[in-house]
Amino acid sequence: MKILVPVKRVPDAETTIKVNPEGNGIVEAGVKWVVNPFCEIAIEEALRIKESGAEAEVVLVTIGTTDSQEQLRTGLAMGADRAILVTADNSDPWVVARILAKIIEQESPDVVVMGKQAIDDDSNVVGQLLAELVGWPQATFISELTLEDGNAAATCVREIDGGLETVKIPLPAIVTADLRLNEPRYASLPGIMKARKKPLDEIDAGSLGVDLTPMLTVKNLVPPAERQGGRLVESVDELISVLQSEAKVL
Amino acid sequence: MSNVLVYAEHAHGKLPKATAVAVTAAKEAAAKMGGGDVILGLFGSDISSVSADAGKLGAAKVATIENGALEHHTADMATAALKAIADATDCDRVVLASTSKGKDIAPRLAGALGASIATDVTAINDDGTLVRPMYAGNAFATVEMHGDKKVFTVRTTAFEAAPEDGSATVEAIGADVAAPANAIQFVSVEETKSDRPVLTEAERVVAGGRGLKSGENFTKILEPLVDALGAAMGASRAAVDAGYVPNDLQVGQTGKVVAPTLYIAVGISGAIQHLAGMKDSKVIASINKDPEAPIFQISDFGLVADLFEAVPEMTEKVKGL
Repeated sequence: MKILVPVKRVPDAETTIKVNPEGNGIVEAGVKWVVNPFCEIAIEEALRIKESGAEAEVVLVTIGTTDSQEQLRTGLAMGADRAILVTADNSDPWVVARILAKIIEQESPDVVVMGKQAIDDDSNVVGQLLAELVGWPQATFISELTLEDGNAAATCVREIDGGLETVKIPLPAIVTADLRLNEPRYASLPGIMKARKKPLDEIDAGSLGVDLTPMLTVKNLVPPAERQGGRLVESVDELISVLQSEAKVL
Repeated sequence: MSNVLVYAEHAHGKLPKATAVAVTAAKEAAAKMGGGDVILGLFGSDISSVSADAGKLGAAKVATIENGALEHHTADMATAALKAIADATDCDRVVLASTSKGKDIAPRLAGALGASIATDVTAINDDGTLVRPMYAGNAFATVEMHGDKKVFTVRTTAFEAAPEDGSATVEAIGADVAAPANAIQFVSVEETKSDRPVLTEAERVVAGGRGLKSGENFTKILEPLVDALGAAMGASRAAVDAGYVPNDLQVGQTGKVVAPTLYIAVGISGAIQHLAGMKDSKVIASINKDPEAPIFQISDFGLVADLFEAVPEMTEKVKGL
């Protein structure tokens, strides 16, 4: 089987993001760029399917600038087989979904495993939108994936408000990973060496014949309102007293 | 003039607060994004009583599809139902709450309608642009949606719940929404049993972090305080990652967003992604033994103390109030 794993290059979660003075982006100086954490979980899950004995090829795909090669190499070092970089200068969810739909048409994967959201724009859109565009079933926010019926279907446990839901989806299908699906491995040194020789194809988005017009335009960015905090109290008694008399919430 | 459709999420014959919140956002969308009426789209099996309740939320009409295949609101079937209702009631905007169901369905519906999509919207500007958080709430973007149709989800803490003072008519839509051959099949649901308030709706939240050191301590140390305060219990991602508590308690960028009147953070250091889920709370108090913990920077009141002593003491004193 073939497993397609879309990945995204994002600022590291530990980095404090600041809006730039122009209000049209973030301050990029000092930002460390990484594979989106949920995409890492997706890569790990694809590798586990492969290692569980299913004859599988794990193909990574990203949409971005050539800088994203770094994140594809990370995924290859974890153990993916090959990677595709579609060069495009915007990451509008509709544009990304249209491009991925085209890649699906070209690659014919059996399953697409991807992160539930990227931690830069926090959209949580592409997996579901893509599923509709290609007419496949979806299982979002999954914490467990089991292939069944000779790899013709997958049973997925989904993280929902107030509990867990189990669904069964026929393949081909799209699943999006939540936090507890697995704990991604680190790339090993031999893995990193091997990754250098694995195929990484570059495709210009313009050559795919898909509509690259964004459906959403970010007009400007502002920082959040500052919260005034930092006052310390000395004891439990004082804490209860200020919550009662000053904050009036007890 | 086209109308605004609201996804009427419901469970166990009841409408959650999230649906009433989405109605408020839809009224704003009608006023600022092209006019029209607010229509509630409600579907499922056995929906007559919940349809009547929906009629009170101030929409112009409740449009329903009663069909056993729609019972579980699986994303593909919910999309088909909402598209059918949108078409039948001439809606070009669809509003859903940012709940796990809303998040699952909204982008798929946008795909089916060819609509632009924005998620987790916190405000609707007078010019029809929307505001949404990015980068774990470290930036708020003003976004313009393109195209004739628009789908968006709203953050449930950012809009008030619509009052129950309406009396809309309930109208069944004659729509054929048969399941496709490759439909998503619902198998089962396992609901966390709790007598506590719903985390995203609670007036008070007490949340624990890795400082609690074990799931057992959540039960022994934190829960008595949670219950003494009549609060909902939350947790940091670190505590979920460590396996102390289930993921549906997670407050943060990739968990739930809460804005209670009182949020008490216990043994939570205050990672950026946690703050994204709770910093709009009215009053934040925190207890942590590390005076350098970032949580103190955004807390109205901080207590530097060993939580294993301070929390039981606080529990006893709160009980005595």
